[in-house]
Formats: sequence, structure tokens, C-alpha cells
Amino acid sequence: MNEVSFVVNGREVSGEVEGRTLLSEFLRENLRLTGTHVGCDTSQCGACVVHVDGNAVKSCTMFALEAEGSNVLTIEGMANEDGSLGVIQQAFQDHHGLQCGFCTPGMVMSASALISENPDPSEMEIRDYLEGNICRCTGYHNIVKAIQAAAEATRTQAA
Amino acid sequence: MYNFDFERPSSLADAIVALAQEDSQALAGGQTLIPTLKNRLANPAKLVSLMAIDDLQGVAVGDGVVCVKAATTHVAAAAGAAGSFPALAELAGNIGDPAVRNRGTVGGSLANNDPSACYPAAALATGATIVTNLREISADEFFTGMFGTALGDGEIITEVRFPVPDAANYQKFEQPASRFALVGVFVARFGDRARVAVTGASEDGVFRWVEAESALFGNFTKASLDGLELSPEGLIGDIHGSAEYRAHLTKIMAGRAVAAC
Amino acid sequence: MPKDFGVGASTKRREDVRFLTGNGQYTDDMNVHGQAHVHFVRSEVANGVLKSVDTSAAAAMAGVVRVFTGADFEGVGGLPCGWQITDRHGEPMKEPAHPVLAQGKVRHVGDPIAAVVAETAAQARDAAEAVSCEIEEQPAVTDMKAALGGGALVHDEIGSNLCYDWGFVEENREAVEEAIRGAHHVTTLELTNNRLIPNAMEPRVAIGDYNPSTDESTLYTTSQNPHVIRLLMGAFVLGLPEHKLRVVAPDVGGGFGSKIFHYAEEALCTFAARQLKRAVKWTASRSESFITDAHGRDHVTKIELALDKDGNFLAIRTETCANMGAYLSTFSTSVPTWLHGTLMAGNYKTPLIYVNVKAVFTNTVPVDAYRGAGRPEATFQLERVIDKAARELNMNPIELRRRNFIGADEFPYSTPVAVQYDTGNYQATMDKLVDIADIDGFSGRAESSAARGKLRGLGVNCYIEACGIAPSNLVGQLGARAGLYESATVRVNATGSVTVMTGSHSHGQGHETTFPQVVADMLGIEEGQVNIQHGDTANTPMGMGTYGSRSIAVGGAAMVRATEKIISKAKKIAAHLLEAPEGDIEFKDGSFAVAGTDKSVAWGDVCLAAYVPHNYPLEELEPGLEETAFYDPANFTFPAGAYACEVEVDPETGKVDICSFAAADDFGNVINPMIVDGQVHGGIAQGIGQALLEHATYDDNGQLLAGSYMDYAMPRADDVPSLVVDHSCQTPCTHNPLGVKGCGEAGAIGSPPAVVNAVIDALERGGHSVGHIDMPVSPSRVWAAING
Repeated sequence: MNEVSFVVNGREVSGEVEGRTLLSEFLRENLRLTGTHVGCDTSQCGACVVHVDGNAVKSCTMFALEAEGSNVLTIEGMANEDGSLGVIQQAFQDHHGLQCGFCTPGMVMSASALISENPDPSEMEIRDYLEGNICRCTGYHNIVKAIQAAAEATRTQAA
Repeated sequence: MYNFDFERPSSLADAIVALAQEDSQALAGGQTLIPTLKNRLANPAKLVSLMAIDDLQGVAVGDGVVCVKAATTHVAAAAGAAGSFPALAELAGNIGDPAVRNRGTVGGSLANNDPSACYPAAALATGATIVTNLREISADEFFTGMFGTALGDGEIITEVRFPVPDAANYQKFEQPASRFALVGVFVARFGDRARVAVTGASEDGVFRWVEAESALFGNFTKASLDGLELSPEGLIGDIHGSAEYRAHLTKIMAGRAVAAC
Repeated sequence: MPKDFGVGASTKRREDVRFLTGNGQYTDDMNVHGQAHVHFVRSEVANGVLKSVDTSAAAAMAGVVRVFTGADFEGVGGLPCGWQITDRHGEPMKEPAHPVLAQGKVRHVGDPIAAVVAETAAQARDAAEAVSCEIEEQPAVTDMKAALGGGALVHDEIGSNLCYDWGFVEENREAVEEAIRGAHHVTTLELTNNRLIPNAMEPRVAIGDYNPSTDESTLYTTSQNPHVIRLLMGAFVLGLPEHKLRVVAPDVGGGFGSKIFHYAEEALCTFAARQLKRAVKWTASRSESFITDAHGRDHVTKIELALDKDGNFLAIRTETCANMGAYLSTFSTSVPTWLHGTLMAGNYKTPLIYVNVKAVFTNTVPVDAYRGAGRPEATFQLERVIDKAARELNMNPIELRRRNFIGADEFPYSTPVAVQYDTGNYQATMDKLVDIADIDGFSGRAESSAARGKLRGLGVNCYIEACGIAPSNLVGQLGARAGLYESATVRVNATGSVTVMTGSHSHGQGHETTFPQVVADMLGIEEGQVNIQHGDTANTPMGMGTYGSRSIAVGGAAMVRATEKIISKAKKIAAHLLEAPEGDIEFKDGSFAVAGTDKSVAWGDVCLAAYVPHNYPLEELEPGLEETAFYDPANFTFPAGAYACEVEVDPETGKVDICSFAAADDFGNVINPMIVDGQVHGGIAQGIGQALLEHATYDDNGQLLAGSYMDYAMPRADDVPSLVVDHSCQTPCTHNPLGVKGCGEAGAIGSPPAVVNAVIDALERGGHSVGHIDMPVSPSRVWAAING
């Protein structure tokens, strides 16, 4: 067993893990942050996307030990400080960008990364960016709308 | 997956030592290796992460060469090559998906030599030099068949030097499920000479389409390819396309790449 | 004017808050104290004699608690099939045993052989590799023609691979033959409805728990219908009575049918927990899902459409082979029969129809209902053959359809395939489609595509579906072994808030939002005053669950009936409080008033009186305000619509891009338009997936070639266009109290033919007369079709 420690959603965490323990497993089982989901084992569905040092990554395709010393952000860290829905989360609710909710955490985390990189993404840029996030419920239509709205709200906030 | 020991050295020297141990395996971004491990298709005793080694990070541009350090992620490579070698930057910027590009590396991609990966096409088409801790290997020597490379046990890619062509373009026709290349063609023109590398198509992995290179010699136009046919023999046939289809796509993608140069 | 409250309002979903903050509670998010983990040893061959299973090495490994094999399940029941089909000759279908763990034979890749229970999931998987199975591999059969033509036997004891040979309506067989023989024109089409894998994003999970002190078992599972699982597993498999068995389905991450069925893993975990006296958890990997979740579709069909010289439909004959896979999954047998044959009339007046279906066993994963379930297969063949007929007769495909529509004034309309459509207006939905899809502007767009070297095509089709499943007495006659009513208990609390307990169970449909919209509207209280409970057999009345676009049409109707009972009783209480005759009490906007006076009592006061019955007619009326209703529908509902798709085909590569997609649906009344739009969007994306991308194909040895997302192409965001959907054409259902028809499956039913019709149209316009291309219309298939 190895000791690993890093910061999750602003909180320092540590734990004992095997070499093979995935970051997603550590988040879900050790930390009980079960908002990060696992929908496949070939690194394609994107339900497990979190941010590591500001970059969107698939937490099922990274070992917990690789996160040593890093800063991890998960869906549980996306709400506003007062607990209300963050801008992207709110846009997803407003535009019905989720149905069963299983892919949603990964979608929100990817959307957040996209908006950071590209504050005014076009519809095609959004669809392209979501290549690694599979949703089976929504047909993506309202996810795209939600991300457009979230980007706009983020720009407005920044202005 | 099977369990293994894990090391994350911060220097190349330490990594070399760690990898010298039996059944040790290098871990770069892990975007291919980790799914492989999950399926229990590999059973290393130890994984040695190369991602904390500063010397393996970054893109350097100069003397007509873009040098990408081995553990540079696709995202970082795309950013670093954007000004000097846009075709390479575009290739790197379209591998996998954004989350994969934040982890996957050029060194990992070349060392794995997946027959449908993008980077091998760029390396072969540009005549890149793959630098390891032991030697320099030309791309023509490096790729030795599907998932095969010239790397020895414990040998680590440290950087890849891509000569910048006068013109280049990569056309990827995506396999609809994996989004890997069903066929990808990288065309690079250096003066009169063209190099054409094809990924996704062959059972032997990435290859140079020498007939296309000859046809383009001194006459670098799409029309130069008109009379050519690639034989489907030895090409991959699977549920996504027959060997004949891949042969056809190779020609189409090559033509589009030339036209886009 | 859009409503902002109650029925018809696009109320935002309350469940979203927990899903968006990572606080959803899916089954895998749960851990039960002291739980062990199970990993299944599964067959890697498609057909073979299981000679022996040696578990000794595994049992000795670290952390291993117990290894179960088929021998542990001798005397335990098998997984039941819920629908018996009677064949053309009056014989019952062949119904082979489906053991929880393989006994003597393995019949598909993924068939479970042993279950290793260990302290951790990793230990269970490690030890599973040490289970040694001696299997004498036999030739496999995956192709249905081969299966019927003397190929290997899936079930030796049956003596063939034919499950049933069903004819419908058998009495029409000769008349249809005659009509086809004498027709002016007959269009024939042979096609495949490709095998799909539902791929809900949440893989299946089961946690069995057992409390020795009460002898009670609990199963936490990813299910669309916990009561059905309790009934099937309790009564048919494990012999556990309902009062000792609780089934809980917490948040469920999509289902699309695949989580209706009772699976071996659920029974194993419940059984193992009782044996071990501790909880046992199983979480499927996606790779495991591919070879264990019931697949969908997989029909091979020949359809003939006979027309007169004016294009009037005279007769339809269709012959289908339907793949059952290796075992009969819960509702598998009903899908290609009653959910398929009864829809062959489509939106049209065709006087004679004959449907023949042969259900076939193969060495593949069982096939069962997947979004649409039989109705997409009916719609696809019908709408493809109509398009082909239009082309052969040089008629406009829209006009050919309009010519044959059942008229708006002809409802109720009895089809020759035994169903009665209560209402509809197919000309109106087509008019709407022509408008929203800008069909008149197509030629201009085709020219612009041509200028870019692309072939543009337009595909249009209609669909009808039978939803709101289903009248129990009818389905009982048809072989269903269950009733298909739904239930609701409406509990009014003392302070006037309301809890609705429903047998329906959302797996993404938003019941927590829409059901309160209905009840709040009826009671004149705020939506926030109403909550629902669902997904737990311990606190909901027996109900059949969520599938077949039935939740609001059947479950919602039950809720309305229960709420009506509430209002009726509340009026009695109000009459007492107001000292007026009950007949004079009017209930409106949350207030009970005496007609023609200004005397009234508020909702909250009536509720309080019911629970604090100081001033209450106790001799005539029980205290409390809680009512239950079971609603058994009088008929199916019949949503219908018209869809249009425009594609561009790259003639060099064969790649198809969808440029636009428009859907005009008639769902009757709509509770929450936002949610309805979302259901249609999702259904269309799945239909696009079927049409262009998805194919669960096997090799001859029974290995699934598309066994992961590396080869099974799921629709991604860039595969789907922005969608134009409209449900403003509304002919309310005539036989349920909400006038609703259901919307969950429409998109998946209506979209595949539109896409394929568009591709064929594009190719025809480009001079490539290809007739038909089977789904998925992949680039390589289009290229092969173009190049002969």
C-alpha cells in the first residue's frame, strides 16, 4: 500500500491505496465523493471527468498515486459557496440538460473546462469538445444549449 | 487489473534505474495502457510514471525542427507547435478527446504504436528522429509493425524531433466508435520531395505509401494521385470497413491532404 | 401563452439539483455495512458443454468468502419469461430453462458460470481467474437462417432453434396472399433491423442484503420496476414471499428497457446474501454490460406492400425472423409479436395485413425490449417499403402517405391488426412537419450541397406506436403473465402537503417534477407542496413500473384517480365544516366553497380537520386523507407523428452527415413541454445511432465484435444535429383522465426510417440507384453500395 495525499475541492485528503487504485475509485470509495461516476472501462464515456490542476481528465484513466500533490476538482466542488447551483449547473437545470443524471457530472466538468478555454464557444465547438462525454438520454441538444447559456452567463459575470 | 508497484521518479536517471528491474513498465499518460491493464491484458510488476520528470516536458522550436519532449501531453504539444508546425499541432489537437489530450503524450503514443494512432503518421511522414535515453532512431527504423517498435527493454523515449516540412497536412477519417483513425494520411512536402504516411489502414501498422510519394515528386498536386490505386492486400478489414474500403479511403485522404497543403 | 404552473408548464426539474451537485444516489453509490463483493466467472465461448467447475483454488485465495456455481442453484428456480406466445398452430412457445448460474451447458459468451464472493471487488476478480472451467466447446450459431437451417442447437432438449412461429392475423393469411397476387403493384423489401445494445450510461448494479433477525431480504438494484423484480425473483426464482423481500431501486441512470428485466445477478446477490448472512454487491463493468444486458431489435424481415394503380394500399405481408438470443428474457417474446405485429397498419388504411414472426434461439445475449420494443421494427419496415413504393411508382413519398392516411374523421379506427386507434390527425402532423422542416426549401439546400460536392437527401416518414401499456384483460388473453395496471397512493398530510407513492419509477424521465405538477394542479396547491416516493417496494403500492411510455398515461392516471378520491372525501369534510350539503360544495383553486355563497374553507383547514377530527363527521367518515387507486387502462394510447431528416452524403467516402432533423409529434395533452422535448431529443439521437452508427455484431463463433465503446459506436454530440421538435398537434387520448399518450419512445421509433430514407434519397438524386442499405448506414456500407 502507498500513501497518497492531494487536495480535493479545496480540502486536503490522504489515504492508503494500491498501485492499481484509480483516481475515480479513490474519490468514490475512499472519499465517498460518489458524484464522479464510472460508465465504461475503455476511457470513452467521460462520466468520470474531474479537473486535475485545472485540466479536465478522466479519473478512471489515472491512478490515484498520479494525483499526488495535485489539486483536484470534482462535481461536488462546483456549487457556489452558499450551496446554490453554480453557473454551469444552473444552466443545465434551466435548459433541461440532463435526464438520468449519470453522465451529468462529467458533462459539467467538461463544460467548465471548455468555458475556461473558450469563453464564447460556437455550437460546433461545443459538440466537438464533448467528444469524450457520452450521454444516452438527452440527444445532446439541451446540453449544448445549457453550455451556450453557461458560457454567456460566465462572460456576463466576468464583465 | 492486477496489482503492481508504482513509482513516480522525478529524474530520468531514476526512471532508468526503476525500469531496469524485471517486469517494470513505463507509464506515460496511460490513456492506452490503463484500459489495457483494466482488461488484464498486461501484468507488470511495476509501473514507472514518467510524468513527473521535468526534462521530459515541453516543446522546443528551432533550426527547422519541432522537438517535442516525450512526456508532453497532446494539448501542450498542440499549443507548442501551433506557430511553427500547424499540421502537427492540428494532429495533436484532434487525438482522442480533450480529457485524453490532457493526459496522453507523444512518447506514449509512439512507444505503443497503435496501428490506428495519429502520431506515428506524423513521425513517419516527416522523417522524425525518435530520441531515447540510449540513441537516436529514425522514424523509418522505429516502427516495426503493429504495436511494434525498435525500442529495447527499459529504453525510454526522451524526445521526438519533427523536421518542419515546407507544407504538410493530416487527414483523419475517424472510426465512428473509437474515433481513432479508420484511415489517417499525413502528407509532408520538403522541397520537391513528398512523404506520405498512412495510419489505421495496414495490418503492419503505420507505413509510407511510396507510390504516392513518387507520384507527388516534383508535381505536388492532388491530380498526381489520380492514377494510383493502393492494393488492399495486407490492409485491415473489420466491422468498420473492408480492406478495399481502407485502400480507397487512403487515396481519398491522401488527395485531400495534398489539396489542403 | 405558456403556463408557469401545473399541467402544461415547463417546470424545472427538482431532481436536477442533486444530480448536478454529485448528490444523486445511484445503486453503486451505496455501500451496505459489512458487504462483500461478487465477481462472475463467465463463459468465454458461445456454446459448450460445461463438464466441470473447479473452485478449490479460488476458494483458497485471499479474501474469498465463498464461490457459488450452478450446483448451488439446484432446486432453485430459473429466470422466468413473462409472456407466453401461442404459435400459428395453437402450440405454446418453446420455453427452455434459464438457470441463474449455468448448469451443464453454456449458451452465450457472458453466460455466468460461477460467482466468487470476496471481501473486496479486486479480490473477487483476482480469485475469479483461479476458477477452472472445463468446457467442451461446440459449434455456435449466431445467424438466424443458420439457426433454423440445421445449425448447432442452443437448447438440445427442444430439438430445434425455433421458439415459435407466430401468425397474425392468421385468418387473413389467404386473403393477403390473394390481394398481393392480384395487385397492380407490389413493392418488396428485405431488410435487417440491426441488433443494438441499450447502453444506459449507468451500468447495472445489485446489492443483496439479508437481516437474519427478521429473515428479510433486501435487493438494491438498478431497475425500472422494483415491484416486478420482487414478484419475479421472489415467486419464480428464490421462493421468497413478498413480505420478506424488499426491492429498492434508488436513482437509476437510464434504462431504455434494459433495466426492466430480471437478471441473474440480482438473484445471485439476494441468494448469496441469505447464504452468507451478509450483504453482497455486484457492479457491472461496461465490458460486462455488453455481454449481459439484454440487447435490442435484431430482426430480419421481408415485407411486401400491394398497391392499386392510384397508390392506395391494398395489403401488407411481412415475414420476420426475430432473434431471442440464448434464453428468453423477461418480455422478449412479446416484442416481435404483440408489440410489433399490432403496429403494422401504421398511420394508414390498409385493409389486409398478415404478419409472420419466427422467434429464433441463437448463441447470443438474450434480446428483449429496447426503447420502442417492436414498434421501431414495425415502423422501419413499413416506412421504408412505402418510400420504396413511392419511388417505384414515381410518386411523391409524402403524397403517397397522405393518400393512405386514416382520416381525422375516421376515429376511433379499428385496424386489421386488432387494435383500435382512439384518436389522431395524421394530416395535421404532416402539415406541421412540412412547415417546421421547411420541406419546400429542400431543393435550394440540395443545390448548395451539390456545389460543395455533397449529395443531399430528404427522408420523411410517419410513425404510430401503442403506448400506455396496457389493458390487463387484453394482454392476459395475449399471453402476458402479469397485469399491466399502475398504482398510486396519495397521502395528504395534516398540514396540507401531499406525498404521492407511485409504482412507476423514473430513470431519467423527471417524475419527481411532473407527477406533482398534476396533483398540485388538481388540488390548487403549489407544486412544492407535493412530493413523490417511488422505487421502493416497502413504501409504494404494487405497480408495474416505467417502460412502454406508460408512466404518465397509466401511472399518472392512477394518481389522478387517487387524487379524485381525495377531493371527493375532502368535499365531504368541507361540507361538514361549512354545514352545507355535499352536493353544493365546489372545489376550486385550493378552496372549498358553498355554491352561490361566499362561504368557503381552505384546503389546509380541511386537511387539518381530517387529521385532527374534533369537528368531524366521525360516524360517516373515517379520519385521515389518504387514498389509493389502481388504474388499468381501457386501451393503449396511440401517439403518432411525422419526422423529416436531411442528410449530406460524401460520395467519395460514403460518410453521412445529418444536416437537420425535425419531428412533429401528437402526444395528446402534455404535462411538461420541456421534458417532452427532451424525451423526443433523446429518442431521436438513439434512432440516429441505430440508423448510422450502432451495431452489436457477432462473428460466427459467437464472439461479440462490438464489445466495447471502441467498436460499438455510441452517438456523440457531433453525430447529432440541433433538433427541431414540435408537439403542438394534440388530439388528446380519449380514454385516460389526462388525455395523455406518452412520449418516451417516439423519437427512437420515428427516426431511423427518416434517416435511411434520406440517405437513399441522396444517393438516388446522385444517380446511385441502390434501393436499400441496411442499418447502420455506415460510411463503408454507403461506399460499397455506391460502388456496386
